[in-house]
Amino acid sequence: MTPDLTRITAFLAGDVQADRLVPPTGFTARLTVFVAAAMAFLTVFALALSLATGRLADRWSDELARASTLRISAPMDQREAQTTAALRLLETTPGVASARALSDEEQRALLEPWFGPDLPVESLPIPQLIEVIEDETGYDAAGLRLRLSAEVPGAVLDDHTRWRRPLVMAADRLRLLGWLSIALIGAATAAMITLAAQAALAANAQVIAVLRLVGARDAYIAQAFVRRFTLRALGGAAAGTVLGMIAVLILPSAQAEAGFLTGLGFQGWHWIWPLVIPPLGAAVAFAATRHAAQRTLRELS
Amino acid sequence: MSYGGGELLSDISLTLSPGSFHFLTGPSGAGKTTFLKLCYGALLPTAGHVRMFGADVRDMSRDDVALARRRIGVVHQDVQFLDHLPVADNVALPLIVSGRDRTDESENLSELLNWVGLSKRAGALPAELSGGERQRAALARAVIMSPEVILADEPTGNIDWEMSQRLLQLLVELNRMGKTIMIATHDMNLIRAAKSQVQARVLRISQRRLHTAGADL
Repeated sequence: MTPDLTRITAFLAGDVQADRLVPPTGFTARLTVFVAAAMAFLTVFALALSLATGRLADRWSDELARASTLRISAPMDQREAQTTAALRLLETTPGVASARALSDEEQRALLEPWFGPDLPVESLPIPQLIEVIEDETGYDAAGLRLRLSAEVPGAVLDDHTRWRRPLVMAADRLRLLGWLSIALIGAATAAMITLAAQAALAANAQVIAVLRLVGARDAYIAQAFVRRFTLRALGGAAAGTVLGMIAVLILPSAQAEAGFLTGLGFQGWHWIWPLVIPPLGAAVAFAATRHAAQRTLRELS
Repeated sequence: MSYGGGELLSDISLTLSPGSFHFLTGPSGAGKTTFLKLCYGALLPTAGHVRMFGADVRDMSRDDVALARRRIGVVHQDVQFLDHLPVADNVALPLIVSGRDRTDESENLSELLNWVGLSKRAGALPAELSGGERQRAALARAVIMSPEVILADEPTGNIDWEMSQRLLQLLVELNRMGKTIMIATHDMNLIRAAKSQVQARVLRISQRRLHTAGADL
């Protein structure tokens, strides 16, 4: 079924006469708007969660996969020589884009959170760290370890996979949960709007009977209900989405070293995503009401 | 035809010829309403065949039935309206639901309301109408599409004799315009009054059979 634009605009513009045939019902109308708004609000957060964890998983699996650390733990007098040997070896390793020994200042900065700023790094037997950056293809970690153990006995290679993998998996799982939540919210919205539509159809049994008697086709009768519920859902979802986006916007912004929770939100063009929610909500309401109306009408004479 | 467990109508064979005028009579509960409902597709026969304009109702889709009903005007004893819309809109309802432009027909509508004597009540809500006014509004709604057949179920059930005669007058006029009329009633005075004006046949349902009553009524 291809969406026919003229039919959609005709549907939205509506038939003023047809609209008046079904009496306005205040209570179910307000409930439908409220449900649509609440569900849209929740969807914004589920969407933010999915996108944020998606970003996190990408960053962890992407950036961290490129960098690994070589630790040279050797007596002070051999440290220099082993570092040079390790660097030479890394330069000839296929898949390594660059390798460089961290300076004393950088090492001090790394240790500063634990030991304070006045640590005399030079005089302490702390291991020398070498940062290894991979190129696109990556290197063979097992082969590199083998060569290192032969030539640089004090070197320990940490390619981050050990702790990166479970984190990426957790982030992926969170993202999946986010999408699952969105699907559940959509299904719950459909269920509630179906109930509201059925209540409206039952309350208007006389109207439907009169319309059938004077020769109205089912599609015409259904349309009067479907249009009403679709527009309510669209309006409610739009309001809920705007509120949700404002709520996400005023979340405390992420700091450089903050965890993923404060990174919850939308970045760049991802702000377009929540705008999909209102039309999606309207589509769910359209399908749910249409189904309910057609089923109810089939049972009548 | 069975309904509510027991067989209600059987061995009925009847064809309404265009332009005819029929009365359907019989004791209460004999099946007059059921018979009329069969005629406009609101009920399906459990056995036998009902044809609307030549098509078997069993083979008709719901949309086919809806389209056929635009050619049949129905007046019920307890006529129902859209209670939130004024009389004029209710009378014009068949035009609205068939997608016709009401503004094109506004002259027809006011003429029709005038004919049934409801011009002054056009803006009233159905709940504000008297029994006779409701019946006349129902008749106006039934004929606004210029249907070929008009089925009336006890149209004079709730109204006084003077109003009944007026309603009958309207139905007789419609018959003279070529409409096929079928009126279910147990009001013998109404039938007698009609017989002096129009060539009417009387059908009687009793003992689950349809009888053609003699001219002696």
